[in-house]
Amino acid sequence: MSVPAIELKNITKTFGKSVVANKNVCLTVNYGEILAILGENGSGKTTLLNMISGIYYPDEGQIFVNGEEVSITSPKDAFKYKIGMIHQHFKLVDVFSATENIILGLEDDGKYDIKKASLKVREIAAQYGFEIDPDKKIYEMSVSEKQTVEIIKVLYRGADILMLDEPTAVLTPQETRKLFAVLRKMKESGKAIVIITHKLHEVLDISDKVAVLRKGEYIGTVNTSETNEGQLTEMMVGKKVTLNIDRSDPVDPTDRLIVAHLNCMNRDGFKVLSNVTFTAKSGEILGIAGIAGSGQRELLETIAGLQPMVTGGVQYIVPETGKIEFLRDKTPLQIREMGIRLSFVPEDRLGMGLVGSMGTVDNMMLRSYRKGKGIFLRKQEPKALADKIIEELEVVTPSASTPVRRLSGGNVQKVLVGREIAAAPTVLMAAYPVRGLDINSSYLIYNLLNEQKKNGVAVIFVGEDLDVLLGLCDRIMVIGSGTVTGIVDARTTTKEEIGLLMTKEVRKDA
Amino acid sequence: MIMFIQRMVIQGIPLLYGSTGEIITEKSGHLNLGIPGIMYVGAIGGVIGAFLYENGAGAANMVPALAILIPLLCSMVCSLLMGLIYCFLTVSLRANQNVTGLALTTFGVGIGNFFGGSLIKLSAADVPSINLTATSNFFKTKLPFAKNLGAFGEIFLSYSFLAYLGIIIALVAAYVLRKTRTGLHLRSVGENPATADAAGINVTKYKYLSTCIGSVIAGLGGLYYIMDYAYGVWSNNGFGDRGWLSVALVIFSTWKPDIAILGSMLFGALLIVQNYIPNLSMSAQELIKMTPYLATIIVLVIVSAKNRKENQPPMALGLSYFREER
Repeated sequence: MSVPAIELKNITKTFGKSVVANKNVCLTVNYGEILAILGENGSGKTTLLNMISGIYYPDEGQIFVNGEEVSITSPKDAFKYKIGMIHQHFKLVDVFSATENIILGLEDDGKYDIKKASLKVREIAAQYGFEIDPDKKIYEMSVSEKQTVEIIKVLYRGADILMLDEPTAVLTPQETRKLFAVLRKMKESGKAIVIITHKLHEVLDISDKVAVLRKGEYIGTVNTSETNEGQLTEMMVGKKVTLNIDRSDPVDPTDRLIVAHLNCMNRDGFKVLSNVTFTAKSGEILGIAGIAGSGQRELLETIAGLQPMVTGGVQYIVPETGKIEFLRDKTPLQIREMGIRLSFVPEDRLGMGLVGSMGTVDNMMLRSYRKGKGIFLRKQEPKALADKIIEELEVVTPSASTPVRRLSGGNVQKVLVGREIAAAPTVLMAAYPVRGLDINSSYLIYNLLNEQKKNGVAVIFVGEDLDVLLGLCDRIMVIGSGTVTGIVDARTTTKEEIGLLMTKEVRKDA
Repeated sequence: MIMFIQRMVIQGIPLLYGSTGEIITEKSGHLNLGIPGIMYVGAIGGVIGAFLYENGAGAANMVPALAILIPLLCSMVCSLLMGLIYCFLTVSLRANQNVTGLALTTFGVGIGNFFGGSLIKLSAADVPSINLTATSNFFKTKLPFAKNLGAFGEIFLSYSFLAYLGIIIALVAAYVLRKTRTGLHLRSVGENPATADAAGINVTKYKYLSTCIGSVIAGLGGLYYIMDYAYGVWSNNGFGDRGWLSVALVIFSTWKPDIAILGSMLFGALLIVQNYIPNLSMSAQELIKMTPYLATIIVLVIVSAKNRKENQPPMALGLSYFREER
């Protein structure tokens, strides 16, 4: 039995006082072996790898490389131990060629000779079966080519231990197969490989061992050959935790918003939503679950009129009259002028929701600035509203005119949600409204959403914590890579069912 | 014709210094709009050095080497200080680059006029200018055999050493940026500082060095203007808008110092061409003086329309880099 490449013993990392990212994680990776780390969003996978690659430093525990205890305090240290990490977000200079990016920052291999370097790049590529043109500029490359550059960059520096953070998230199935072929070749040549993913079939396909994390805690390691999807899902999502959220029955649910066959591109022109169809009903909370980046953001922005849809339609049913209005190709202002009270709490609070350098009062006016006549602003109403929100939602702020950027995350969110609810919406869309909030603020937001539901509002809630989705929502729609993989009743479904729907791969190339 | 070419080169060289300095600075991601001020300070620095030496030693007893070295060093130190102020504000304190640069220009012109005015007072001349003809003559020393070579000598070899130095600096800068590891690292800092940082490049060091070196080079442009173009005569606000022309030249040359050499000659020609067209009205003369800016706008339109990434400004130009901001 040879010495393990990396051995982690009881690694613990906390951020701030309360957020535990990793707790007592123990892992072993051997040379010539692929270890997959599996876990939901926020289970601490990336944090763990960042500690091995020197970006973070563990609070407790030991890291052994080749059997010796080491302290890795910077990415340079990691290189010293021949550890290379390929991040999810590429660090490449767009106007440089592949070779220029690969040798960037290297000081120690003698004379600057780009031709020699690009020969070496070709050698590495040939050795592992990469396809790459060393002289091609990064901005002309596809995502998968950029990833190749990142991997070669690490190999060029002589890494023997490779860690890849969700390498397949941005790849098509064909590209994924190519990447896996390369990874297998590296494994055969004796490199140790750690790969983060949350796609179960990929784990079963590529890895030798699987380590499972759940909410920062290390659940266990199993041999891939001795496990199956069911066991892994159970390890990943765990037993159901009952949360103390009051859930009333839906109030007189009638169709409010009908989304039909929605197709949508993101800003780079990639298709992110295909054929999404669902109905949001008044007086109920529709949860949307899915791996981060599966198209949730684009879905809400499309409904709100912020992004154009390629095909499909959104119908709004006016509660009083039952008249159908079509929202396709309408701007947010046009939607508002049609008398449709659509409120949107975006996930990017200080980017899309509020203006950070303005106070609470001024932020209130972002929704009401068109009221009033003449060229002067009327400040009384927004001031009253701001005071009301600060009082009722217990926003901790020195004054109503303090820039909201200086408030804590929870208070910022209260201001935003308060403003959106004050518009007396008939449809309320909230994207990750409790992200980064402490437990009390979270419950306050849940209660606000529940109140809106009781008032007959159609609430759409995009969440990441399955326990919350199961405890708060009436129905849960699961999105997997841009398609609806299922709509389930939140009262009867299980975490395992949702977990499987989330990771279900819809074969696009079949 | 030969006369025209000579005047064109003498007009162009200060612009070339300014834009070479600005290109080096901008390649590190810093838009230094203080260049006009820095060139002005570089000029007054040289004037102060020359004034003190000329008056201290007496015009008759001046040693040629000292007469050149003292103003040169004074000019370089003064523009280096300006560069350091800009660096400290924009790199270390991450102040807004546009505001800092514009403030520095105002400041530099003020400093220049203050010391210029003081020196004029000291020299007790009856015209509002400082006359440093003795020093200027040393700066204007030309190759002795140039006039024996006919037209060739007059067109290519009839300039002072600072003119050739400017062209050499531009060529060296182009080579370093394009062909060396240092250049690669510097460009990566200006394009994507986070990537450069992750690759182990000292981003702050590169930003400081390139901005300070760029400032010193730009300051030499001011010195050349006074000692060569103006025959050693300083008068307040005599520098005109040459600083802004240098900044325009950076865009004109699409951030390439070697192209800036040709661009500076073109700009120089456009600046003086009205003197060689007979019977021009005053308004027509002013219109012709606008042509360098017009040329810059045309280049901007063409470059933007072609949208080749290599000809665009460095991606992180004007943005402060803060490692913990993700």
